[in-house]
Amino acid sequence: MREIEAKTITEAVKKLCIDACYYLNDEILDAFRKCKEKEESPVAVDILSQLEENARISREGQFPLCQDTGFAVLFVELGADVVIKGGTLPEAINEGVRQGYTEGYLRKSIVSDPLERKNTGDNTPAALHLEIVPGDKLKITILPKGGGSENMSEVRMLKPADGAKGVIDFVLERVSKAGPNPCPPIVVGVGIGGTFEMAALIAKKALLRPLGSRNPKPHLAAIEEELIERINHMGIGPQGFGGRCTALAVHVEAYPCHIASLPAAVNIECHSHRHKEIVL
Amino acid sequence: MAEVKLSAPLTDKDVESLNIGDKVLITGSILVGRDSAHKRLIDLLDAGKPLPVDLKGQVIYYAGPSPARPGNPVGSAGPTTSGRIDPYAPRLLALGLKGMIGKGSRSAEVIEACKKYKAVYLAAVGGAAALIAKSIKKAEVIAYPELGPEALRWMEVENFPAIVVNDTKGNDLYVEGRSQYQR
Ligand code: SF4
Repeated sequence: MREIEAKTITEAVKKLCIDACYYLNDEILDAFRKCKEKEESPVAVDILSQLEENARISREGQFPLCQDTGFAVLFVELGADVVIKGGTLPEAINEGVRQGYTEGYLRKSIVSDPLERKNTGDNTPAALHLEIVPGDKLKITILPKGGGSENMSEVRMLKPADGAKGVIDFVLERVSKAGPNPCPPIVVGVGIGGTFEMAALIAKKALLRPLGSRNPKPHLAAIEEELIERINHMGIGPQGFGGRCTALAVHVEAYPCHIASLPAAVNIECHSHRHKEIVL
Repeated sequence: MAEVKLSAPLTDKDVESLNIGDKVLITGSILVGRDSAHKRLIDLLDAGKPLPVDLKGQVIYYAGPSPARPGNPVGSAGPTTSGRIDPYAPRLLALGLKGMIGKGSRSAEVIEACKKYKAVYLAAVGGAAALIAKSIKKAEVIAYPELGPEALRWMEVENFPAIVVNDTKGNDLYVEGRSQYQR
C-alpha cells in the first residue's frame, strides 16, 4: 500500500486548474499553425493569428485564455494500492478547485441549483469521474469545460440499423447546427455505444486523446477521417465567419453496448481546449 | 473588408453605414451584461419601473469577465453566446439600444429588430479573452453585484475589436461567410 496525503492532491489540483487556464498546450498551437497554412479566407487567417496572440498574452501575463474558465471536469485514475490519508478524495479535489479558481483569478461559473441559479462563489463542485486501476499511482487530468461549447453537445439513442452512417449523419447535423456558437475551430469528441450516460462520458474522454490521433480500430479511424473531411467542407470556419478550418480534430471512441441499442454522443470542445494532467 | 473606427455611444448614422464583414474598432463607454442581467432589466420594464441606465445609443457587450488581477481593470473578457439573450434583445432595441457585441448566431426576431430599430450585432472573437481585455481601460459594476461575473457593468474601451455580423439591412455574416466556403 502506498499512502498519499489529501493535501498533496489538493495542491496538485490547484496547480492543474491554474496551469490549464493560462497555458495552452503546444498541440493546439501546432494545430492553429497548420490551419493557417490551409486556410483560404483572409479573415480566418486573421482570427487564427489573434488566437495565437491570445495564447501568448495569457502565458506571459498569467491571464486566463478565456474568461469562461469552465466547469472543472476531473478524470481521476486511482491505483488500487493507494490509500489517501488526511481526507477523502472528493474533498481533496474540491478544495484544490476552490483554491485554484480563487487564487488564480479564474471565473466562478457554477450555480448551486440549476433552476434557482445562485453562484457557489468558488467554482465547486467539480465534475469528478473516478476510475480504479491496478497499481500504486494516482493520475489526475483536468479539463475545464466552457459552457458555450458544452451547450452544443448532444446524446442521441440511435437504432442499431442506423449503423456508421447514422452516427456520421448525427455528428454532422450537430456540428452544422452549432455553427459559430461553440467558438470554432472546434475539437469533436464522439462516443459510440455503452449506455446512455457512458456514450457521453467516452465522448468527453475522447477529447483528451493526443490532438488529431486516430483510433487504433480501422473502422473507427475511417469514421474519424470522413468526419474531419466533411466538417471542414461545411465552410463554417474560425468563429463561423467562413473558412476551411472548422474542426481541429475529431476523435471517436466506442464501447460494447446492448443488442437493442446504439447510443451516440457528440461532445463539442472549443479552440480553447484546455487540459493538463499529473501522475502522483 | 473595411476597417471602421466607431465611438460609443452610437448614432443612427454610425450604424447605417456599417455592412457585414466590416471590422470595427470601438472607443468609448459600453455596457456589459449577460442573460441574468438582461432578465432583471426586462423584469423592471414589465413592472413599469425605470432602468438603471438610459439605453439610447448604447452598445452592450455580452460578457462576464474573469476577476481582475491587482493592477488591471478586468481579467479576461471575451464574448459569451448571444443566443441566450435573443428573447430579451428586441425590447431593448426598441428602447434605442444601437449595438450588441457577442458571439454566435442571433434569432430571426433579433435580426428583424436590427432592421426595424436601426441597430447592429457585432461579434468579438470568442475565446480571445486575454487579447480583448487589452482594449478595456476601466470597468465598473453599476447594478446587480450579487450576480458576480454576471453583474451589469460599464466599461471604457479603446479600439475594442469586433466584426459586423448583422447590419441594418438584414444581412448575416454567418450565413454569407459559410456559403462562400462550403463545398
Ligand atoms: S466556447 Fe470556449 S472559447 Fe468560447 S467562450 Fe466558451 S470557453 Fe471560451
